[in-house]
Amino acid sequence: MSAFAPTQLISQRLGHTWSERRRWPLVSAAGGALAAGIVLLPLAFLIVQAQHSGWGEVQRLLLRHSVAVLLWNTVRLAFACTALCALLGVGAAWLVERTDVPARRLWAVLLVLPLGIPDFVVGFGWISIDPSLHGYLAAVMVMTLSLYPLVFLPVASALANLDGSLEEAARSLGMSPLQAFAKVTMRQVWRAVMGGCLLVMLGLLAEYGAFEILQYQTFTVEIFTEFKLGFDTVGACTLSLVLVLISVAVLGGELALTGRGRTARPGPGARRPAPRVRLGRWRVPGVGALAALAALALGVPVGSLTYWILHGGSSTLPSTSILAAAGHTALYSAAAAVLATLLAIPVSTLAIRHRNRLTLLIERISYLPMALPGLVIALGLVSFSVRYAFSLYQSSLELIVAYAILFLPLAIVGVRSALGQASPRLEEVGRSLGANRTSVFLRITLPVIAPGLAAAFALVFISSSTELTATLLLRPTGVNTLATQFWAYTTDFSYGAAAPYAALMVAISALPAYLLSRRMRTISRLGQGS
Amino acid sequence: MSALSVRGLWKGYGEQPVLRGVDLEVPAGSLSAVLGLSGCGKTTLLRVIAGFERAERGAVSLGGVTIEDGTTYVPPERRSVGYVPQEGALFPHLNVAGNVGFGLTRAERRGTTVDELLEMVGIGSLGKRLPHELSGGEQQRVALARALARRPQALLLDEPFSSLDASLRTRVRQEVHELLRRQGITTVLVTHDQEEALSMADNVAVLREGRIVQQGAPAELYQSPADARLAGFLGEVNLLDAEFGEGTAATALGVLALRGGPPRPAGARGVVMLRPEQLDVSLHEDGPGSPGGGLHGRVEQCRYYGHDALLEIRAEQPALGRALLARVNGEQAFAVGTPVRVLAHGPVSALD
Repeated sequence: MSAFAPTQLISQRLGHTWSERRRWPLVSAAGGALAAGIVLLPLAFLIVQAQHSGWGEVQRLLLRHSVAVLLWNTVRLAFACTALCALLGVGAAWLVERTDVPARRLWAVLLVLPLGIPDFVVGFGWISIDPSLHGYLAAVMVMTLSLYPLVFLPVASALANLDGSLEEAARSLGMSPLQAFAKVTMRQVWRAVMGGCLLVMLGLLAEYGAFEILQYQTFTVEIFTEFKLGFDTVGACTLSLVLVLISVAVLGGELALTGRGRTARPGPGARRPAPRVRLGRWRVPGVGALAALAALALGVPVGSLTYWILHGGSSTLPSTSILAAAGHTALYSAAAAVLATLLAIPVSTLAIRHRNRLTLLIERISYLPMALPGLVIALGLVSFSVRYAFSLYQSSLELIVAYAILFLPLAIVGVRSALGQASPRLEEVGRSLGANRTSVFLRITLPVIAPGLAAAFALVFISSSTELTATLLLRPTGVNTLATQFWAYTTDFSYGAAAPYAALMVAISALPAYLLSRRMRTISRLGQGS
Repeated sequence: MSALSVRGLWKGYGEQPVLRGVDLEVPAGSLSAVLGLSGCGKTTLLRVIAGFERAERGAVSLGGVTIEDGTTYVPPERRSVGYVPQEGALFPHLNVAGNVGFGLTRAERRGTTVDELLEMVGIGSLGKRLPHELSGGEQQRVALARALARRPQALLLDEPFSSLDASLRTRVRQEVHELLRRQGITTVLVTHDQEEALSMADNVAVLREGRIVQQGAPAELYQSPADARLAGFLGEVNLLDAEFGEGTAATALGVLALRGGPPRPAGARGVVMLRPEQLDVSLHEDGPGSPGGGLHGRVEQCRYYGHDALLEIRAEQPALGRALLARVNGEQAFAVGTPVRVLAHGPVSALD
C-alpha cells in the first residue's frame, strides 16, 4: 500500500494480481529515482568538470603546497571545535536536565536559540565588536558558540528521556554514582553525543561566510575565491571533491564509531525519571556557567545586531530594498520547500513501505546532501548548466533546485516520521470500512501525514531563507536575498545597513529553534509525568 | 450452513509458506476462535479473509458468495467484513465519534447511529475524545463499535485483548462476548491464549504451522485433543501408559473408562491423557497398604492460586516415571512432603 493513490490506480489498470504489499509502487519508484538523480547530478558534474583538463592537471592542483595548508587548517579547526562543542553541549545538557540548577526551563530555551542565528551572523556580531578578531582562535570560538546547540539539543533530550531505573540498577550492582553515570548513563547518551558531533563537523566543513569574515582560510573559502575571483572552475571543482571526500569520511567514521541498530528500546511499563543531582554550593557556579554560555552565544550576536540597528546610520536604511530582498527570499525558499517536500514523499514512502536494497540505496543517496556543503552543490550545478543548459545558469530555477537538494535530508526527516505514524494498518481498516483507495488516501493518509509535511516544508523554508553560500553563486544577476544583501553590506563594512537584514533572518529562524526547545521540554515532561 | 467458509487456503511470503491448506468453517452467528502460537499464520489468515492479502490457492466464501479464489477477488471495501486489529488502530486525527462513523454515510453520521453504537459498547460519553486520550480498554471498544457500525456479515478480531492488562482483559472479554452474542454476528477471533479461546468461543480451531490440526467445541478439544502436543497446549496434562480393553484403559491409577474415538484392539498398548481435575487427592493417614485402592505418593510441590492449587505428586507405589499433576480446591493445598492417596475419575482419552 502506498501513500500515493495514483500508484495504485496505475497498477490496478496494469492488472496486477499479486498481493497489495508486493505491488511495485510506480509513482513512488519514479519519484525516488528522480530525487536520487537530482542529488547525484551536481556531484557527477563536479567530477566531469574536475577531470576535464585531464588527471595530470588534477594531480598538479592537489599537490600544491596550499592544499596541505588548507587541510591542516580544516582538520585542526574541526577537531578543536567538535571537542569544545561536545564538552559544552554535554556539560550544559547535564546541568539543565540532571541537576537542580535554578530556572532550568529558561536555560533550556536560551541555550538552543543560537541554533536560529546563521553562523555568519554570529561572526558578524563578534567582528563588529572587535574588528581585530581573526584567525584560528577566533574561528574556533565563533564556530563553537554557534554550533554547540547541535550537541546540546540531542543530548539534553536523551538525558530527559533516560530511564532512571537503569542508573538505580547499576547502583544496586555495586557502582558508585560516578561509575553509574559513566558506565550506564553516558553509554545511553553516547549515540546522541556522536550524532551531535557529526552535525558539528559537517557544519564546519560546509561553512563559508563566518570564515570569510574572520579571514580564516578553509577549503570553502579557497574554493569560493578560486571560482569567484579567479574564474578557475577546474581548481574549484577539484578542491570541492577533496572536501566531499573529507565529509564522506566523517560520515563513515561516525557510522563506524556508533555502530548500527543499537537504539535502546524501553520495555513495557512506565519509565521512571532519573533523579536530579543536588548541586548544593555548586548552584551559583552552575548558573554562572550557563549564563556565561548564553551571554556569549546568544547575547553577543543579538546585542550587536540591536546596537547596529539603533545606532548604525538608520537614516540611510533602504526600506524598499529590504522588502524586495525579503520577497525574493520568501519566494525562493517557499518554492524550494515545496520541491523538497514533494521529493521527500516518494523517498520516504519507499524507505518505509517498500524496504529493499534498492530503496535503501535511494534513501542513503537522498541523505547525502548532509555531507555536501552548499558551495559544492552550487559549483556542481554551475558546471552542469554552463556546459549543458546555459539558459539555466543563474536562473531562479537553478537556485531553487540547489536549495531543494541541500535541504532534502531535512524534508525527509519530517516526512519520514509522519509516514511512520501512518501505519498501513490504518489504511486497511479504512478499506474494510468501505472506503476505496482514493478515499482512504484523502480521508486517512493525508490528514495523518499533514503535520509532517508542514514540518518538512517549514524546516526547508527556514534553512533556505538563511542560506548564503550557494545563493552567492547561483542567484540571478541583480537579485538579492536577505542573506546576500546582508553579505554585501557586511563586506563593505556598512554594519548599520547590514543589521536589519540579519535581524530579519534571525527572526525567521529563531521560531523553529524555540519550538525545538519546547518540544524537548514536552518530551521531558512526559517522561516525568508517570 | 456456514456463514464463513475457508477452503484449502495457501499463502506464503517469498519461499516460506505461512498457510498450507487451511480449512475453516464458521457457522452463521457463532463465535469461532483460531488458536495458535505466534508465527503460526493466524494473522495472515485473518488478513486474507479481510482482503488485505491475496491467497495463492484456495477459496473464501461469505454467506455462500465467493469473495476470494483463483479468479475472484472482492476488494476489502466491498466484502462486508469488519476488522478489529490488535492495537485497535484508531484513526489518530479523528475523535471517537469520527472513528465510529467513518464507515457510515454522511446522513447516517448525522443521525443517532453513532451514539447508539457508543452506547452499545458502553462508552456513550466519550464521543468527543481523541484516541490518545483513551485507555487501552476504551480504545478496543471504539475499534469494535467502528467495525460493527456497517453491520458486517462477519467480524474478525485479531488478538483484541492481548494489549490489555490482566484484570481489565477478563472484564472486556466478557462484555464483548455478551455483546457479540446479543448481536448474533458471525465472528472469528484469533488468539494465542487458550483460556480466551476456550472461554469465549463456540468453536475452536487450532492452527499449527499453517494447518488446522483440530477443530471442535471447546470441551471436545480440551478433553480429546488430537495429540500430546495439543493436549499440553490447551492445559496441564497427565500422560499415562495404558493397556486397552473393551472400552477401557488399564493404567497405574486403575482401570478407567475410555472416551470414544477409533476403536482399539483389546490388549493393545498406548498412552492416555488425564486432566489434573480428574485426580482426587486425599490425605493418606493410614500408612501404606491400607484399603481403599488408588495410588500412594507424596506431595512434591504445591502451586497455590487461592481458589485452587496444583499439586505435583510423586507416586511411591507403584512408582511412575514423572510426577502426577492434580488440581485441588484451595483448601486441599497440602504441604510439600504430605503423604497422599490419588484416585482418578472420569473417562480418559487415548492419544496417538
